[in-house]
Amino acid sequence: MADRSFEVARLPGFRSIALTAFVLLYLPIITLVVYSFNAGQSVAVWEGFSLDWYTTAWENEAVKGATYRSLLIAASASAIATTVATMAALGTTRRKAFKGQTFIYVMINQPLMVPEIVTAVALLIFFASIKVATGYNGLIYLIIAHAAFCIPFAYLPIRARLEGMDLTLETAAADLYASHWQAFRFVTLPLMLPGIIAGAMLAFVISLDDVVITEFVKSGGQDTLPTYMLGQMRRAITPEVNAISTVLLALTVLLLTAFFLLTRKKD
Amino acid sequence: MTTMPIAVEARNAVKAFGQGAVAVKALDDVSVQIRQGEFFTLLGPSGCGKTTLLRLIAGFETPTSGQILLGGEDITHLPPNKRPVNTVFQSYALFPHLTVAQNIGFGLEMQNRPRAEIKETVARMLALVQLEPMASRKTSQLSGGQQQRVALARALAPTPKVLLLDEPLSALDLKLRKEMQIELKRLQMETGITFVFVTHDQEEALTMSDRIAVMSAGHIQQTGSPRDIYTRPANRFVASFIGETNFLTGKSDGRQVVLHNGAAVDLVTKQGAVSLAIRPEQLRLVATGSAGAMPARVASTVYFGTDTHVHLSLSDGSQIVARQQIPATGAMDLKTGDEVGVILPADALQVLED
Ligand SMILES: Nc1ncnc2c1ncn2[C@@H]1O[C@H](COP(=O)(O)OP(=O)(O)O)[C@@H](O)[C@H]1O
Ligand SMILES: [Mg+2]
Repeated sequence: MADRSFEVARLPGFRSIALTAFVLLYLPIITLVVYSFNAGQSVAVWEGFSLDWYTTAWENEAVKGATYRSLLIAASASAIATTVATMAALGTTRRKAFKGQTFIYVMINQPLMVPEIVTAVALLIFFASIKVATGYNGLIYLIIAHAAFCIPFAYLPIRARLEGMDLTLETAAADLYASHWQAFRFVTLPLMLPGIIAGAMLAFVISLDDVVITEFVKSGGQDTLPTYMLGQMRRAITPEVNAISTVLLALTVLLLTAFFLLTRKKD
Repeated sequence: MTTMPIAVEARNAVKAFGQGAVAVKALDDVSVQIRQGEFFTLLGPSGCGKTTLLRLIAGFETPTSGQILLGGEDITHLPPNKRPVNTVFQSYALFPHLTVAQNIGFGLEMQNRPRAEIKETVARMLALVQLEPMASRKTSQLSGGQQQRVALARALAPTPKVLLLDEPLSALDLKLRKEMQIELKRLQMETGITFVFVTHDQEEALTMSDRIAVMSAGHIQQTGSPRDIYTRPANRFVASFIGETNFLTGKSDGRQVVLHNGAAVDLVTKQGAVSLAIRPEQLRLVATGSAGAMPARVASTVYFGTDTHVHLSLSDGSQIVARQQIPATGAMDLKTGDEVGVILPADALQVLED
C-alpha cells in the first residue's frame, strides 16, 4: 500500500521557486553587508576590504545622535508598550471569557490593522496642535507614538503565554495563603516572564526599525537611525549607510533569535 | 465521634449561577455539619453541586445566601487566603515553575513562617508522601500518582483545619486509585486533619468515609455513616445511587403492607401507599410454597465469581434481583424458568420517604 501523504515539496517546480525566493530575499542583504566592507566610495564597485566605513559612521556626530535617539526611543517605547500589553493580556486572559472580549482584542490590535501612513498622519496632526499649544518639542512625542504602535507586538506573545496557563494556578496560590499581589508575584509573573521578555524584544525591534511614523512625528534634529539613513539617500550614497544597516541588522537578528528561543515550545 | 465539635458547617447555603431565567441553582438550601477529625465524603452524580459546596468552603465562591462557618466562626465573606483551609484540586494545579519541595513549601512561604520551620515541614511532608528522592525535581517530571502526592503534601504542609479534596483520584487508573485510597486514609489518620472528600464513586465513598452526605440536584439527600446510608437509605434516590436495590410498592394499613403482587409483610408504617427497598443480598430464596414466601420465576442468572445474581419475575410482572453467595450452604442450583419462593425479611425492608 502506497501510504505517502501529499507533500507540497514534491510538486514540480517547487524547488526552483523556493530557490528564487531565497535568492531574492537574501542576495540584496548579502550585497549590502559585503559592500559595508568596501574600501572605496561606491556601493556598487568593489575596491577591496576595509573597516573604514564603520569608523566613519562611528565618528559621525549625526550618526551618534541618531543611534542614541533610536536606542532611547526603542527602550522607552518598548518598556511602556510591554507594561501596557502585560496589563492588557492579564485583563483579557486571567478570567473567564466575557462579553465584548473580541472587541477588546480588536481595539488592542488596532495598530496592526490601520495603515501605518494613516496612523502617522493622525499622530502628526494631533501632536502638531499639542506642540503649538505647549511649545514643547521633546522626544516624548516619538516615544508615545512608538509605544502606541508597539503595543500589539508586545501583547501577542504575552497573551499566547498566558493562554497556555491554567487558571486554577492562581486559585491554588490564593488557597495557599497568597494575597492577590503574592499570587501575581510568585505564580503569574514568573510563568509569564518569558512572554514578557519576548514581547519587549519584539517591541524594541519594531520601534528600532520604524520609518514612516517617526518621519511624520519627529521635530527638527530628531532623526533616528532609519530616518537619518533615509535622509542620506537623498544625497550621495556611501557605504556608510551599508555599515549602519549591517549593525542594525546584526542587532535585530540577535534580538529575534533570542525571541524565538524564548517563545519556542518546551517539550 | 458524635462528641467531636463541628469543624465546618454550611447553613442554608444557596449558590445560584447566572441571572433571571438562565439562573442555575448549583446548591439549593444546603445545610451540613462536618465534625473535627472526620473523613467526610460528598457523594453524588456529576453536576449535583459537590464542587460548588467545596468552593464555598474554600472561599473561591461566595454563597448567594446562607452561611459558611469554620469552628463556629462565620467565614462566609473571608477571602480564600485568610481561611485555614486547603484544597487538593482535581487537576492538581501544581506550580510548574517550582520544584516539588518548593511546591510543598509554598503555603508556608506565603505565611512567612521561619526558614527552619519551612525546611523541617517540607522534609516531613516529603517523607509522609514518600517522595524524598523527588524533592528537587520539577513537577512536570513526575507521574500522575506522584503529582497527586505532591498536591496532597502541598495542601497538608500548612496543617489546615480542614482539607478539601475534589475528586482527587478520578484521574488515576484503577490499581493506583486503590493504593491512593489506602494512602489517603492513612494520611488522614496520621494527621488527624478533617478531610472533606468529593467523589461520584459510591464504592470509594463507602470504603473510605466516616460519614457521607449523598447529594443530588443541589440538595443533600441524606447524611450518615456508610452503614446507615447503605442499610437505611432515606429515599429512592439514595437507595438507587448506593449499591443495587429492589423497589417494591404496596398499600399499608399501619401494621401490614400488601404488595402489588399480592404478598403481605408485617411492617409498621404510615397508612396508605408505601415504597419499600430491599438489597439483593437480603432476599432469601426458598422452595416454592414455603410459608411466608411469595412465588417468583427465575428470569435469568448471572455468575459473578463470588456470588450469583438471580433475576426474578414476580406474579405482577415486576422484576427483582437476589444475590446468592457461592458457595452457600443450602443454596439452590437455579436455572432460568425455575419456580422459587422469595422471603422478604421484615427487618431488611426499608421504608422510603418519597
Ligand atoms: N461558574 C459556574 N457558572 C455557571 N454554572 C456553574 C458554575 N459552576 C458550576 N455550575 C453549575 O452548577 C451545577 C453544579 O456544578 P458542580 O458543583 O461543579 O457539580 P459537581 O462537582 O457535583 O459535578 C452544574 O449544573 C454546573 O453546570
Ligand atoms: Mg466537580
